[in-house]
Amino acid sequence: MIKTHCMVAGLLATSILGFPAQAAEQAGMIKVSKGTVSIEREGQRMAAGVGTPVMVADRLRTGADGSVGLTLRDNTLLSAGPNSLLVVDKFVYDNATQDGRMALSIRKGTLSVASGKIAKRTPESVDFHTPTSILGVRGTEFVIEVEGDGDE
Amino acid sequence: MAMNKSPLSLALLALLLGACASERVVLLPAADGSTGAVVVRDQQGELRLDQPYAALKRSLAANRPYQSSPAEVTERFAQALAAQPPRPSAYVLYFEAGGNVLTQESQAALASIRKEIAERPASEVMVIGHTDRVGNAELNDSLSLTRAEGIRDLLIESGVAVDKLEAVGRGERDPLVPTADDVDEPKNRRVEINVR
Repeated sequence: MIKTHCMVAGLLATSILGFPAQAAEQAGMIKVSKGTVSIEREGQRMAAGVGTPVMVADRLRTGADGSVGLTLRDNTLLSAGPNSLLVVDKFVYDNATQDGRMALSIRKGTLSVASGKIAKRTPESVDFHTPTSILGVRGTEFVIEVEGDGDE
Repeated sequence: MAMNKSPLSLALLALLLGACASERVVLLPAADGSTGAVVVRDQQGELRLDQPYAALKRSLAANRPYQSSPAEVTERFAQALAAQPPRPSAYVLYFEAGGNVLTQESQAALASIRKEIAERPASEVMVIGHTDRVGNAELNDSLSLTRAEGIRDLLIESGVAVDKLEAVGRGERDPLVPTADDVDEPKNRRVEINVR
């Protein structure tokens, strides 16, 4: 029973997260960077210091000594503690109309979220994915923790 | 399954546990004192957290709602929360009628805005210009952009370090105080400065 649940969850996660990356659009910018923080983009890994742009499809990783904070273009605040992996699956935002859509995955570690203008205007357009669930946001602040060795 | 200790089943077990990582979600009171809601969906349905510190622990296919606390949030999330970027802020500056001259109060306010921008890490600034409804719409589009660009240039001249600085004009289409056409309304002659 548990086995079946887990496998279904795994398949579901793969199908949700496996969509091809969109053309790289800037989603936000790194504002806080402590210890080891890196971005994986198109197979390359780079250090992610303060001022580094964060693009759609980026994988943001913190080391055992690392933590990172970023602000998305719609004023969403995200910050992750040590040993975390965060993926920007989707981010589209029109500054003038405040219409947009976003999907982020926390694969492991800890994440704090203060939702922004997209969640305020169209809450149904904002999703946070964990390995086994999807979180919908109704204009709010929350924290997520994912324990375990999951990486993909 | 637990009795069978062959390497293959151990590997399989590790894989399954990996896919079934334990997860925790805690709803926090927002900085402005309100509390929103988070809806957690999985194959079994959905669960809504809508009280401060309402929490959910998920492990091995079981959902366990519980009441978390500031102490638990600090214990588990202190480092993530400590890395939260500064809150974005918004300011409004007002202009004398017709032109590109700030009111006296707004000139004073600009100094403190500059300081605030300078103190932020990797600051991004968006300046949005507006007009009242005196004059035609085209003229007001151009005036609103002139106002926004004027403030942008003032910020640049003052030497504030900014990673990104944009200026846009919205003309008379977003009045703070809706009026009939051709009404001289000081509250609508303004620029917004959004800083994040």
